[in-house]
Amino acid sequence: MKTVVVPLGPFHPLLEEAEYFKLTVEGETVVDVDLKVGYMHRGIEKLSQSKTFDQVPFLVERICGICSTSHPLAYVNAVEDLLGVEPPERALYVRTIIAELERIHSHLLWVGLAGHFIGYDTVFMWAWRYREPVLDLFELISGNRNHYAMMKVGGVRRDIPEDAYPKINATLDEVQKGTEMFIGAVMDDPVIHARTKGIGVLTPEAARAYGTLGPTVRGSGIPDDIRRDDPYAAYERVEWKVCTWDGGDVFAKAAVRLLEIVEAIRIIRQCTEQMRQGAIDLDLQNIGPGEGIGHAEAPRGEVFHYVRSDGSPKPVRHKVRAPSLMNIPSFKATCIGQQVADAALITAAVDPCYCCTERTMVMEGDRMVLSGGDLVAMSRDKTARIRDALGSVPPVEKLVKEVMRR
Amino acid sequence: MMKPSLWGLKKSPWVYHVALSPCNNCDIEILDVLTPRFDVERFGVKLVGSPRHADALLVTGSINRHVLPRFVELYRQTAKPCVVFAVGSCALSSSMFRDSYNIVGPLDKVMKEIDPAAIVAYVPGCPPKPEAIIAGVVKALKAL
Amino acid sequence: MTSVLDDLRSELGTRLLQVVQKNPRRAYVKLSDADLPAAAKFLLGRGGRLATISGIDTRNGVELLYHFAFAAEHVMVTLKTLLPKPLPRTASLAGWLPAANWSEREIHDLLGVTFADHPDPRRLLLADSWPEGVHPLRRDFKGLPDENRGSAAGAVSPAP
Repeated sequence: MKTVVVPLGPFHPLLEEAEYFKLTVEGETVVDVDLKVGYMHRGIEKLSQSKTFDQVPFLVERICGICSTSHPLAYVNAVEDLLGVEPPERALYVRTIIAELERIHSHLLWVGLAGHFIGYDTVFMWAWRYREPVLDLFELISGNRNHYAMMKVGGVRRDIPEDAYPKINATLDEVQKGTEMFIGAVMDDPVIHARTKGIGVLTPEAARAYGTLGPTVRGSGIPDDIRRDDPYAAYERVEWKVCTWDGGDVFAKAAVRLLEIVEAIRIIRQCTEQMRQGAIDLDLQNIGPGEGIGHAEAPRGEVFHYVRSDGSPKPVRHKVRAPSLMNIPSFKATCIGQQVADAALITAAVDPCYCCTERTMVMEGDRMVLSGGDLVAMSRDKTARIRDALGSVPPVEKLVKEVMRR
Repeated sequence: MMKPSLWGLKKSPWVYHVALSPCNNCDIEILDVLTPRFDVERFGVKLVGSPRHADALLVTGSINRHVLPRFVELYRQTAKPCVVFAVGSCALSSSMFRDSYNIVGPLDKVMKEIDPAAIVAYVPGCPPKPEAIIAGVVKALKAL
Repeated sequence: MTSVLDDLRSELGTRLLQVVQKNPRRAYVKLSDADLPAAAKFLLGRGGRLATISGIDTRNGVELLYHFAFAAEHVMVTLKTLLPKPLPRTASLAGWLPAANWSEREIHDLLGVTFADHPDPRRLLLADSWPEGVHPLRRDFKGLPDENRGSAAGAVSPAP
């Protein structure tokens, strides 16, 4: 019996963590899952206590690179809850636009990685290609492709100038085309169905028991979404719908993410249409004593922040809980009984960091027998076998040929 | 005449990505250099799956107490000669985490202890743009 | 919000030591830790979701906050309890509520609270080399005597 030691990625309460994910395998089947974390603990909650309230967003932005809007947003929501204030309307719209743009490029990142694990590197390249215009937009608006430093207690740090709107719309048009292509290619492909349907199923009961969040829980048909359940920013001012899919498998989670990109585009367009000129900041001076809870729907699920103040310039306590703290333990429910060749994909389905699978290892005693690339290779081999059996052409290749032919 | 191993490193560096305790933005930008817009493979740079095959380590994130011994072990396993790239503010200086109870210190200080002869290159940014990463790698290799 | 609080009051009556509705979406309920599992079970059955558990070291003890989200009512109800130092201890919910598992382990690491009968009381976040009995979020934590700071010399051989 080989013991597979699998380090997995991100999204941990105090910071993104590589978890060591120990799969016990009998033959090809996973019979147990053990998780060990601590590799990325940076002590952010303690650091917060040494920062002023206005410095904290810069710190929590760096909890997670791909949820770098969500943590500051949840934090400012918490402090505003403490104070009982709401930022000016324009700030709410700007926050929403930034948050939804992040959702788009985060989900595209995920689509690319899932494609890579399955063996469709064209999907990886194309999905990441469509991320670039979104990152360019962020650079235009905020000055940085990542870590935008937009959120501030009481408002936003920078406005989105109106001459950026044409660029925003053009980018959304481009991303929309790409997403429609993915949806068309991926949702009906028989090989992708074979690799993702019925794989890594998280039942609604298990989803609730583990307190799972985001596309992980919505892929089990449960419509939990903080943007609707405890609205913040401008989500109550625009029309949008919570995306769910039944089945709880990898396919369902993928479907939810693709649909959410479409909804995000819709939300951003409404924001740019509706927002009026106005103040973007309440210009708050002091944070009095009290406590507040703020959360935000990050691409991976609820990011939760609790802040307590005693009237001094620094938080007395700042609790951070990222969605992966709830989602990753659910591997116990989704991996046991599944094949090793599916392990990479099942773990990818809750959207952990990509760097995890690079560090996957199969150990025999102290010796590394298989490297990370090998476990992904096992996943890709499985796809190749299925594809050969079905005699099918990879979906995006089909579409690319089609497009190039015209 | 240049040692063959160094020549290989300069002509077509095989890089292994080591994420210590990053926020993953540097890691994502590193992966980004593989994608069509930047396409680093045209420079012969290849991301490998094991440190044993690597000419260069792209190290992201600050070093925390838990990951430190594992990094020491990883560096020992890495084929030499090898260039260690500190990618991003966290690897360079631990950034805003340097006062944390769990952070050990900047990468180069640790490298000095593990291997005083180590070649360390720095790519600053939070995160460094893909262009900066490519420029940093090319610049360092030219200097060897 | 009121319906959730009313139902909680009906269920637990005077076992609720204090109920504060801070605003239409946030309420904080103080109770003794002995009553916490019953209150938690009730809120979960009432449709709540445990978002997480926070812990704070205060002069009077370690305060635990159990945050429950109610999607339909758009509110969060937080149960608060105070555990006496130096050895704060309370019942674990993780045996019947997987969602509490990692939250409790985290609080144990950072604040030194013991959750009795936790199914998996292993260290969660702190390094293998971190000393026992030292909890970084305690007010009196001033840092470790720094054998590992800035130095690879303190590196201990890893077990994965």
